[in-house]
Amino acid sequence: MKLKANLISGRTADQGAHLEAKTYRGYFDACAYCELNSADLDKLGVSEGDSLKVTTDFGEVVVFAKANDGNPDGLAFIPMGPWANTVLDPDTHGCGMPGLKGVPAEIEATEEKPLDMKSLMKQYRED
Amino acid sequence: MPVIKDAVCSLCGSLCDDITVTVEDNKITKIENACILGHSKFVGMFEHDRIENPMIRKDGELVPVPYEEAIEAAAKILVNSRRTLSYGWCSTSCEAIAKAIQLAEETGSLIDSTANVCHGPSALAAQEKGSPGASLGVIKNRADLIVFWGCNPVHAHPRHMSRYSSFSKGFFSTKGRKGRKMVVIDVRKTDTAKLADKYVEIEQGSDLLLITALRSAVNGHEDVIPETVAGISKEEILELAENLKNAQFSCIFFGMGVTQSRSKYKNGDGVSSLISDLNQHTKSVMIGMRGHYNVTGFGQVATWETGFPMAIDFARGFPYYNPGETGANDVLVREEADAAIISAADPGAHFPQKAVRHLAKIPVIQIDPYANPTTEIADVVIPAAVVGIEAEGTAYRMDAIPLRMKKLIDTEFKTDEQIAKDLIAKVRELKEGA
Ligand code: SF4
Repeated sequence: MKLKANLISGRTADQGAHLEAKTYRGYFDACAYCELNSADLDKLGVSEGDSLKVTTDFGEVVVFAKANDGNPDGLAFIPMGPWANTVLDPDTHGCGMPGLKGVPAEIEATEEKPLDMKSLMKQYRED
Repeated sequence: MPVIKDAVCSLCGSLCDDITVTVEDNKITKIENACILGHSKFVGMFEHDRIENPMIRKDGELVPVPYEEAIEAAAKILVNSRRTLSYGWCSTSCEAIAKAIQLAEETGSLIDSTANVCHGPSALAAQEKGSPGASLGVIKNRADLIVFWGCNPVHAHPRHMSRYSSFSKGFFSTKGRKGRKMVVIDVRKTDTAKLADKYVEIEQGSDLLLITALRSAVNGHEDVIPETVAGISKEEILELAENLKNAQFSCIFFGMGVTQSRSKYKNGDGVSSLISDLNQHTKSVMIGMRGHYNVTGFGQVATWETGFPMAIDFARGFPYYNPGETGANDVLVREEADAAIISAADPGAHFPQKAVRHLAKIPVIQIDPYANPTTEIADVVIPAAVVGIEAEGTAYRMDAIPLRMKKLIDTEFKTDEQIAKDLIAKVRELKEGA
């Protein structure tokens, strides 16, 4: 099952607290997840901590599932960071700002595990 | 045991200037008043991985080199490049920013700040419609209605509400939170929304619709408002418009929800128009919730030095500005930049994949105290002192009030300002030889 979602990214306190410790496990824990409400997670048949694959027109990324019932149905949130940015929209529409919120995404359960920060970035060097 | 009072926290745009730190043996051993983000910044000095040495990438690996060698390698990259992007310079002092602009001018580079992925659209909106603002002190003393639109200060600016807005007590606002109405407009019920008197859940990407409906209501044209706008009932919109009109002094604090969503800078433009409509009836202002502690400072310094707040291109020998063309993301996505110098910011973590992919292909010089995703794609890495802790300097708070950051402990690391100066000297030397 694939869930159609509207993807946004943004700050969290944990992400902010790791701004200068991005090589740490804590940063990975703070950023490599996707929040959906519990009903959406149920639809995907996943629990918190399971892996999700998030795919958009711009790429795909594997992150952990996290529940946040503050999210309306179909709204997915990934904290700002290299994981979110793998799938966000680079188009700036002529004003400089890329599309970091409001990207149509498809989300599904996966057996794959999220890449740590260095492995994720290494892909860019090797591409 | 020196106790330093009123130190400035150099993390977020709230720039809290009431931090108390205890210093023993050149180490900060106690931090009072900082929030979780600020605390992490101060303890980070001793716990997080510093970049200890200048480094150059050789055969795919970063290897330590003497400082002079790193400066020379960096200067060579700058001199040999035809289209350099200089990016960041926001978690640093205004003094360093001034030198960065000089370096960009001398190398014909394009220089942009982190506003590119943050409040850049707000700057465009301010140019188009103005930005009626006030100092955070005025908000604290006078505001009886606080609106947080597309921002989540509980997470991004944890002490904002207690020091300057919702919870603070001031001269005319002696009742603090009880005397203020707090409205949150967002796409999901954030931790900030949970504290609000009124939470308005807007459909993602429809901010401009709601702004326009509110303007219609404030201007007495409620007949043109449909039954629901942006997922919100007409009744609720009229009530919100009444609240705004009846407030004695309101402030709309707006964040990335407004600047990064559909309509981008037109949203800020709309907020500005709404504020000017409200000022026909009452007193209302707007303030962007700025992220990096001195991103506001970059805008100030760049404006007084070049006439523009960001995205300044020196390729023609004079400052040229057109953010959709000269924005950092645009030049990377178009694969136009052939080298980059990045300081006090982390595009590796915060730019979309297409931009990062291009950065990974070109020579990248990084200047930073800490390793981060940008380090993984950098070719020359130069460690820097942490401004606000190891070096003093000026920074501008989100309301454009300049504050002097103190130096709290000594360091061997060079400041961003010194590194930029060394690069300017080396670039001049190489050009002379050419
Ligand atoms: S609110 Fe911002 S400036 Fe104040 S202590 Fe927290 S991180 Fe530092």
